[in-house]
Amino acid sequence: MTELASSSTAIAAAPTHTGTVLLEVRNVAKRFGLREVLTNLSLQIASGEFLTLLGESGSGKTTLLRLVAGFEQPTSGEIWMSGERLDTLPPYKRRVNTVFQHYALFPHLSVADNVAYGLRVTGAPPAEIPPRVKAALELVKMQEYAATRPSKLSGGQQQRVAVARALVNRPQLLLLDEPLSALDANLRKQMQSELKSLQRELGITFLFVTHDQEEAMALSDRIALLRNGSLEQVASPREIYVHPATSYTAQFVGQTNLLRAAIREGIAAAGNLNWPVTLPDGPALFSLRPDAIRLASQAAATPYAARFRARIRQQIFSGATEQLEIETGGQLLRVRIPARGPLSGEHEFFFEPTDAIPVRERA
Amino acid sequence: MYSRTYKTVLSAPPLLWVVLFLLLPYALMFAHSFWLVRDGLIVHEWNLQNYAKLFQNPVYLAVLLRTMRIAASVTILSLALGYPLAYYMSFHAGPRKELLYQLVIVPLWVSYLVRGYAWKTILGSDGVFNGFLQYLHITHEPVSFFLYSPFAVVLTLTHIYTPFVFLPLYASLEHIPRNLIEASHDLGAGPRGTFFRVILPLSLPGLLAGATFAFVLTLGDFLGPLLVGGPSSIMIANIVQSLFGTAYDWPLGAAISVCILVLTISLLFLTERLEKRWTYR
Repeated sequence: MTELASSSTAIAAAPTHTGTVLLEVRNVAKRFGLREVLTNLSLQIASGEFLTLLGESGSGKTTLLRLVAGFEQPTSGEIWMSGERLDTLPPYKRRVNTVFQHYALFPHLSVADNVAYGLRVTGAPPAEIPPRVKAALELVKMQEYAATRPSKLSGGQQQRVAVARALVNRPQLLLLDEPLSALDANLRKQMQSELKSLQRELGITFLFVTHDQEEAMALSDRIALLRNGSLEQVASPREIYVHPATSYTAQFVGQTNLLRAAIREGIAAAGNLNWPVTLPDGPALFSLRPDAIRLASQAAATPYAARFRARIRQQIFSGATEQLEIETGGQLLRVRIPARGPLSGEHEFFFEPTDAIPVRERA
Repeated sequence: MYSRTYKTVLSAPPLLWVVLFLLLPYALMFAHSFWLVRDGLIVHEWNLQNYAKLFQNPVYLAVLLRTMRIAASVTILSLALGYPLAYYMSFHAGPRKELLYQLVIVPLWVSYLVRGYAWKTILGSDGVFNGFLQYLHITHEPVSFFLYSPFAVVLTLTHIYTPFVFLPLYASLEHIPRNLIEASHDLGAGPRGTFFRVILPLSLPGLLAGATFAFVLTLGDFLGPLLVGGPSSIMIANIVQSLFGTAYDWPLGAAISVCILVLTISLLFLTERLEKRWTYR
């Protein structure tokens, strides 16, 4: 177990990204009364990076965002941005702007005045305001709605205005607090890709909060998975999916099968599944993704593959793939295979040993 | 949905009430304003003399103007007291909110008369205020102009109507979504900018409703001047009262009432239009 832990200490929260550190959260804790929402949390965000804070509700992700925005004060610890202490500044002195969960557009101002707000209050030269507002609205394709009041807009349109309003001050860091959660599924997909291309185009650093792991996977350069106020794992979406550090990560990001195995002389055994490993003897926990288990009649196995027979318990057709629930030696496994028509009875399956990822167990 | 009979039965009593106690008296008042008094008797002779009298005799216009001046002062003072209070309670009182709210409401339970008499004892020549000034050797004998003056009327009515201004104001401040305040700070506006650009504009409907309360209630007030005002602070309602009472000139009193009514209704109409325009959802 100890070697396991050291081999996958992905909690080193420094960006793998090239580029300089823009934001640094140092040992930040936040308590509301007796409730500790964030525990000694450290995180670095690189300039130009798209970093997502992912977590269940109550994991502290929104609190961390609000600490960076300045709406809350950390109980202890420091936040730095571009070599400047951030957490001692009031929100209106930070070069950080926020896209709020429910947009928070000013109802008494037109779309153009909403976008101009940040420029007016920070004393931008009056001559500069109209062209910058126009440019910001063009960026989100809302120029024709300049004179409209927010209440006349749809959710998606309000969302775009909120983004334009937050970008007009040219922040170094844009905070997005579950900005897509109020939109329906199709619109959400579309806004996701628009946000992503916007971020690439502008090169602004995005700190994005969501509880939706698919959204996090689709958008982020790195995902910081939060759990009960501390970081569970910080890594690229690919890394976090393929090499989850803990059983929690493996289960939260995508579906998985957790195999509780015993290792003896280089062989891991879980029920009637056996596969070679290079780990010391003792108990271990493995994550095996549903798509890592394959139907022997559909794919070719290497000589090292763990082969087994299993009974089909359930089959759900979902377009390009089939979701199976199979049983082998009293163990239930979730499997995702390319679509191939109804299955029944016993079949031979296999998985490659490298796809069984050892994970730490965290209470 | 509901049967016709059910609807009729349900709406008849309030309708009857409104017709009997509101529309009928108004119609009577309206009719009286076009009649006249001859030899101590009301004669049903249609004419415009009462209205002519109103506009020819400068006294009535002067009293009306004074009444409006007092009403404006009360409105401004109640807003000056009520707005900061409502603002503090809504944004900064935290857990003390409920208690403070009750403290604002409690005076409404105390009779108008009691509060009027309280000011009498405070402002009178052997009252608390004079005693205090003499104790501090600021004055050496009782100052009489505190009581029985427009000042006393404004002070008393401000005290009485401030909760009426406070309530709609507080409600409108409470309705401002807090993320708008955060958005304003986020975009670079400090507390001052946020107040003038977000909070104040969004509280205008409440401010207007409160101001209308204070103004209209003061406009029709006659007890304040009776209790703490002197001859110099007679208001239009006092004139109406005496015309309907000792002077026994109902037609003239009715004509004044009609004028006040028209004034009040136009004011309410105007403020409602403005309130609608300033309400966003």
